[in-house]
Order: sequence, then structure tokens, then C-alpha cells
Amino acid sequence: MKVTIDNIEIEVEAGTTIMNAARKVGGEIVPPAMCYYTSLKGSGGKCRACLVKVSQGSTADPRPMPKLVASCCTTVQEGMVVQNITSPEVLETRKGIVEFLLINHPLDCPICDQAGECDLQNFAFDHGRQKTRYDFERRTFDVINIGEDIKLHMTRCILCYRCTMVADQLTDGREHGILWRGDKSEISTYIQKAVENDFSGNMIDVCPVGALTDKHFRFRNRVWFLNPMDAHRDCKKCSGKVVLWMRGEEIYRVTGRKDQHAELKEFICNDCRFENYDTKNWTIEGPREIENESVINSNHYEEGTKALPKELFSKLNNEKWGDF
Amino acid sequence: MAKKILLEHIDKPGIKSYEVYRQQGGYNSVEKALREMKPADIVEEVKKSGLRGRGGAGFPTGMKWSFIDKKSGNLRYLVCNADESEPGTFKDRFLMEFIPHLLIEGMITSSIALESNLGFIYIRGEFRWIKTILENAIAEARAAGWLGHNILGTGYSLELVVHPGAGAYICGEETALLESLEGKRGLPRIKPPFPAVKGLYGNPTVVNNVETIAAVPWIINNGGDAYAKIGIGRSTGTKLISACGNINKPGVYEIELGLQVDEFLNSDEYCGGVLDGKMLKAVVAGGSSVPILPAELFFKTKKGEPRLMSYESLSDGGFESGTMLGSGGFIVYDEDQCIVRNTWNFTRFYHHESCGQCSPCREGTGWMEKVLHNLESGHGKLSDVDLLWDIQKKIDGNTICPLGDAAAWPVASAIRHFREEFEWHVEHPHDAQKRNYGLLKSTKEYFVASAI
Repeated sequence: MKVTIDNIEIEVEAGTTIMNAARKVGGEIVPPAMCYYTSLKGSGGKCRACLVKVSQGSTADPRPMPKLVASCCTTVQEGMVVQNITSPEVLETRKGIVEFLLINHPLDCPICDQAGECDLQNFAFDHGRQKTRYDFERRTFDVINIGEDIKLHMTRCILCYRCTMVADQLTDGREHGILWRGDKSEISTYIQKAVENDFSGNMIDVCPVGALTDKHFRFRNRVWFLNPMDAHRDCKKCSGKVVLWMRGEEIYRVTGRKDQHAELKEFICNDCRFENYDTKNWTIEGPREIENESVINSNHYEEGTKALPKELFSKLNNEKWGDF
Repeated sequence: MAKKILLEHIDKPGIKSYEVYRQQGGYNSVEKALREMKPADIVEEVKKSGLRGRGGAGFPTGMKWSFIDKKSGNLRYLVCNADESEPGTFKDRFLMEFIPHLLIEGMITSSIALESNLGFIYIRGEFRWIKTILENAIAEARAAGWLGHNILGTGYSLELVVHPGAGAYICGEETALLESLEGKRGLPRIKPPFPAVKGLYGNPTVVNNVETIAAVPWIINNGGDAYAKIGIGRSTGTKLISACGNINKPGVYEIELGLQVDEFLNSDEYCGGVLDGKMLKAVVAGGSSVPILPAELFFKTKKGEPRLMSYESLSDGGFESGTMLGSGGFIVYDEDQCIVRNTWNFTRFYHHESCGQCSPCREGTGWMEKVLHNLESGHGKLSDVDLLWDIQKKIDGNTICPLGDAAAWPVASAIRHFREEFEWHVEHPHDAQKRNYGLLKSTKEYFVASAI
């Protein structure tokens, strides 16, 4: 099927979503995703960050779709024309979505372990406005322990429902879900019952923000000081293919391997994730090749130590950075 | 007297019971549908009648029925949406409470048309006593042989189940209703697939409003053409309107579509005019979700034509100068009512009822409520009005289900038509707490109960 996204024509299989078609092209035209996760069934459609405009439904029915559609759950039609970053309407709406996601977010990036690899941080950096218009009290929750290895900061949560899908689809004996409704919704375990199973640690990886954090790693280091190394070990429960986050000889944390869209292709077990902090247990393959886009590297952090990056100067002139 | 279809026998004593209902010709349509008609004929009659969904969206019922996939051989379900919880709408409650057999008869005939053997009535959790009434009616109908195995010896079997909700407005959205019926959290599904293809338990399902289903027996008895003759244009038949607010005779009225709004509001047969002879300020014509209209735009469209109670006439002019028939919740505001407070009240409802699945609605409704609360209680800023406009625009059309739109429209229309009142609240914070904008012209200073 031929589909045109932001004036780029691409041939994809029938049944592909707009999101995946755009990911095939890659680059700037990929809509941001806060809740969609390829390997989790039923994910997507909730955050509305990936809304795009369909200016031509298909060759057979060239009418535009009346509303913006979620690209992660709309399948392409023959001859569909999609506008993402070329549509001012989409960009304006996306600005609104960032604002909605941030009004109840604590913005505590300086003390959040997720900073530097946070989807929300990147999303807000790319699409948000500089100042908030929200001057009411933010929603807050107590920090709770869910199991031995994971801590939940519900205050930071953007309710993408990814972790509940991990609980549903990866682990058995579901103990984890959503309580209440509306903006009082709360991710929780059943009366704070601990999440105890071999794959629960993947919740940390799928969480787009710093709501679910690794208790072994909390406050021990910043992600940009660590070197991600591909490594593997023989594991009976999972593939054993992981990323070790090291500083010198020390392993600070172990995560699954994320692709360029910040998604895990393979989930790893808790033994690999939480029990093996000794380099002797691992065969290290080498530095991680894929580097996820983040606030840190898009600002050329390494160059920035010497002088302010060139890009920042040019950005000062454009509208977005007007009141920076 | 105008033609009555649904409420024709409502005044007969004991119409709640099976015997009286049967004496009035009740359940004749089931006999006709089973013995004389094929399922496809029934669908054809309903198509001919032009009956449109009475739940709010006004989608043609016959068309909805014809979308259902009968070829795959999967089980089909008919689900009646009785989760009526929109502020200002109470027509289904009236129908189910006082003439329950009409709904049961409609459920049976509609199920015959869809060749479905299991039907559900998803009733609002707060209507607990009506659930008992419906269950009694089902038991009576079963005892008389209209339900159960091999009805009238034709080999057709049907069971009806009444299922109560648990108090969520969102479960009135058809896919959330199906999720809830399946025993899950009532979160709207992402469409497509539509319920007609993949609905309850993954099977083809039709979800219809109570009033829609209740209109089906008459259509079968009298034919689709006879029904299409009532009403005006594409708005055929009769509609129940639940009228409330500052009027002399609040209540549920059955009107022929096409009635002039002036007559509906002012004649003694219907609302009987504005209470205490006051001036009309605004009207919400179809339940809290539809745009509010100021009096001058309500009686006459922008083109100067008198407005009628019909789908087309009420939505004449789009949202700029029109509204919608919606679910028929007719709320009248006299000159003393405060639009800001009313908007705040509606938004509070939507904030409370947002399911929290998608971000614009979850966060936006709460934000709007807080801003409106500030405005109403005299802590607002002039920029808040523009901010509200911007928030509602970001919600409208960007959510999974129509609850986001429904939350945005009342705010948008209130600002569109009553902006000066919002600004008055900002400029006179002290007055705004003591009296309502409408009372400004009055010489006396009232202290309204609403003052915080």
C-alpha cells in the first residue's frame, strides 16, 4: 500500500499503522509516542501525543478525516495522505497535549532518576511551551514500594497504562492495575500488595517517565555519566541480552535493550536485572550502538562542556526560544 | 393533541402490569414480527421509518442494524443503553419506570430483527428500583410466553438480562458500556472496530438507547411509512423531552419532531412558560453536553427562521449560532441565572466523570473546572477566559470518546455567547460573590443561595 506522510511516499503492508509506516521512514516525521509500545498488545491511543492529520483518507475515498487521528492505532489505506509536522494544526494540538501531561507532573527532573532518558522530558523539550499556564496545586501521591525492587512515584505518572499491560501480558497472577478514575486514577497494587514475579522489572523499562524506578539504582548516579554496554549471559528465563550501565568497572544498573524508539524488543527477567551486578557474570559485547534521542544528546552535551552549542544560538532567534 | 406513540397509554391505571399492557395491544408486534415478517423485513421497516438514535447522536437506527454482520455466524447481541446519566436528561428513567413492558417488547422485536438470542439492558446503577421493575416485567413476559425457549412455537428463543452499572457516566458511551458489561473497567475502546463488527465478547453487537428500542413496536404494528409521516424532514417520529429548569411545568413530554420551540416552551400543553413570568435568558436544548443558546438565538435561527424541535433545525448554524437536539434534556434558565456558575457546575460533572484514559480529557476537564471555580468565586483574571477557550479547543475532537467533546462544548458555547458575563465576574469580584449577573438590572440586591 502506498501512503504519503509529510510528502514522503512509502510502500507498506496492509494493516500497518500510520505510526509504524512513519517509523519505517524515520527521522523527524515519526510522531512522538508516550503510551504506544509495539510489543504490548492493546497499548496506544491514550496519550494522544501521536495525533496526526489525515488530509486524504484513501484513493477510493479521498475525503479528509474529520478529526485528528491517533497514528498508533489507525491503519493506513491505499493512497492515504498524512500530515504530521507539516500541519500547523497537529503541532498546535501537540503543544496542548504536552501542557496537559505536564500540569499534574511535578517537574522534579533535577532529582528524578529518569532524567536524561525520559520520554516526557524529550517530548516536552520538542513540543512544549516554555512557561506553564497552570497555577493550581498539582495532584500528589505518596511514594509507595511495589515489591522489593521497584518504587512507584505516582505523582510523576502520566497514566500511559504500559506497566499494567506488562503486568497483564508478561506476568501471571495480576496484582497491579489502576484504581479510581479521571485525574484521580492511580496505578497501584492490590492494597499495596507487592509485585512479585520474574518479569516485573520490565515495568521500569516501559515506563515513559520516572514513575517506576529501580530501587537498586535510585539516586546512585545520573544516566548521562554512565556508559551503556551491550552484554549477555546464559539465562534460563530470558534471552539474557541486556545493557549494562557502567562507570569504570562498576555496574550501576541493568536494563533491557531499547531501540531508537525507546522500546524494548526483548523483555528480560528480574534475575538478570537485579541479581547480577558483577562484571564476571557477563560477557560484554561492546558499547551500545543505538543511542536514544534525548534532551541530553540533542543539546550536544559533550560539545557543550567547552562552549555553548551552536544550535542553541540559532534557536535563540526562532519563536520557540523567544522567551528562553 | 399531538400524536403520542411511546406515552399513548401512560395514563391507563396499572399500565405497569402485564395484564393492562396486554389489553392495550401490547406484545402484538412480537406476534407480527415472528409470524408474518422476516428479520430483514423488520430492518427494512425501521429503515423506512427514518427512526434515529435517541441517545444523542441521532444516527439512523435501521442503518446501524444493517451494519451488523450476520454472515459470519457469530452470536449477535442487542444491548440496550439505559445508562442515562446526563444532567438534565431523565426520559428513559420515566419510560422504564412507568411503562416497562414497552421496553421489553421493543427488546424482543429488535432482537428478532437482529436474529439475536441474548439481549442485555445495561441500566444505570443508581436506578436500582427500576432494575427490579424491569426484572419483574421480564418475569411476567416470560410467564406469558413472550420470552424464553421457543417463543410462540416458532423456534425462536430469547433471553434478556438486566445488568446494573456501578455509577459511571462514561459507561453510557457504547464501547465503555460493553467493557463494563464484560466485567472490566469502563474505558471506551478505540474505534474502529465498531461494535457492529466487534462488540460484546468480540461478537457483533448493536447498542441502542431505551427510547429508540421502545419506538420499534409501534413501527412494526403500523409500518415504517406511517412513522415517517410524523415529524418533519429527516427528523421523523416523536421524541421524549425531559424539561426542567425555570419553567412552570417541568416534566417528560412526548412531542412530534418539528414542533416550534416557542410553542414547546410557552404553551400550556408543554412547559407552560418561564416560571414567575420572568424573562428567558438561555436554554440548553439537549442535555448538558450540547451548546447553550441565548434566548434570541434559541427562538430564531441566524437566518431568521423560527426554530423547531428537530435534529436539523436545532443544529442550524453549526455551533456558531446553533445547538443540538442531543438526548432531549431541555434545561431553561431565566434572567436571574448565572451562566458562569452553570458552566462551572457542568464542568465539575465532566471532571468527576472523566474516565482518565486519555490525557486531554483527564487533565483538561480538571483544569477547566479549577479555572471556572476561580472565575465564579471572584478570583479570576481576564486572561482566564481566553485560557478556558484555549483549553476547550485542545480537548475538543482530540479524545478517544465523545466525553471530551461533551465537556468542551458547554464551555465553548458559554464563552461564545456570554463572554461579557465572564468578564463581569472578573471585573466585579465582590459583586459576583453576592449576586448573579442577571440580577444586575434589578434594583433590589438579592443574596443568592449560590454565593460561596
